[in-house]
Amino acid sequence: MELIVVPAYNEAERIGRVVRDLFEHGWNNVLVVNDGSSDTTVAVAEQAGARVVSHLVNRGQGAVLETGNEYARRNGFDVVVHFDGDGQFCAADIKGAVDKISSGYDVVVGSRFLDERSVLPWTKRHIVLPLARLVNRFLTGVKLTDAHNGFRVLNRRALEQIQINQSGMAHNSEIVAKIKKMDLRYTEHPVEVRYLEYGQSAAGGFKIIFDWIFKK
Amino acid sequence: MFKKYRVGEIKIKELGIWTVFWLAAGIVVAIPNSTTVVAKIVGIGRGADLVVYSSLAIIFYILFRVFNRLENIEKNITKITRELALKEEKKN
Repeated sequence: MELIVVPAYNEAERIGRVVRDLFEHGWNNVLVVNDGSSDTTVAVAEQAGARVVSHLVNRGQGAVLETGNEYARRNGFDVVVHFDGDGQFCAADIKGAVDKISSGYDVVVGSRFLDERSVLPWTKRHIVLPLARLVNRFLTGVKLTDAHNGFRVLNRRALEQIQINQSGMAHNSEIVAKIKKMDLRYTEHPVEVRYLEYGQSAAGGFKIIFDWIFKK
Repeated sequence: MFKKYRVGEIKIKELGIWTVFWLAAGIVVAIPNSTTVVAKIVGIGRGADLVVYSSLAIIFYILFRVFNRLENIEKNITKITRELALKEEKKN
């Protein structure tokens, strides 16, 4: 059974569409993890039919994903999909990624660079992400074309071996490092990312590196 | 300080450390040249320099401790928040 974990922080305007879209693509187990939103995210998500768990206070995306993972562990799900709640991802991409899990991979990580669908801001495509990729490869030793993608699928084995301790945005690199450390079988899957806003700022990027190095 | 100890806010070990600290500070203020004696022993020219160097070392140590402590607190808050979130869902 697959659980789609959707982290959400003040996404009331978009979460409804994201959840409905997931249902329309045949994913019936959608868990919205609300990270202490101050808007109506919870109500909108519940109305759209999702299961909802709520952090009482904002703890960051890494913390939210781990809560989703823990929910999956306790409720006997064997596949978990991390799927951002702001509508950047395409629900249609999940099927192919989950199929790769069935064919024997423990982790499937989304990549914006395996096809031409994602239109990235120029600075992101040519400066920020290649740089991030280098840092990531240097720190974790895992070769990925897109190491910083919030789309990933974990099977039961990966779920049991990967515990996310980085509560902020450095969880991404942490997960990659754990894939390597636990010797999990991983592969990439092309996903489309639609940019609504820029996302991480450059300062945010440095904060991630800092967190990653100092907050183990 | 002694009052704090009596009402149990600080332990005997902390009382000892703080007593030594303030006694030392008092001596240094009363007899400024006293630090020179210690400085000579550890190979630093002036007593005032010794005070600056050791203060820096102590501050960095404390900073490190505070940083770690904060990190632990953050992790615990996350754990509690997670547990609460998962418990709450069970009820529904």
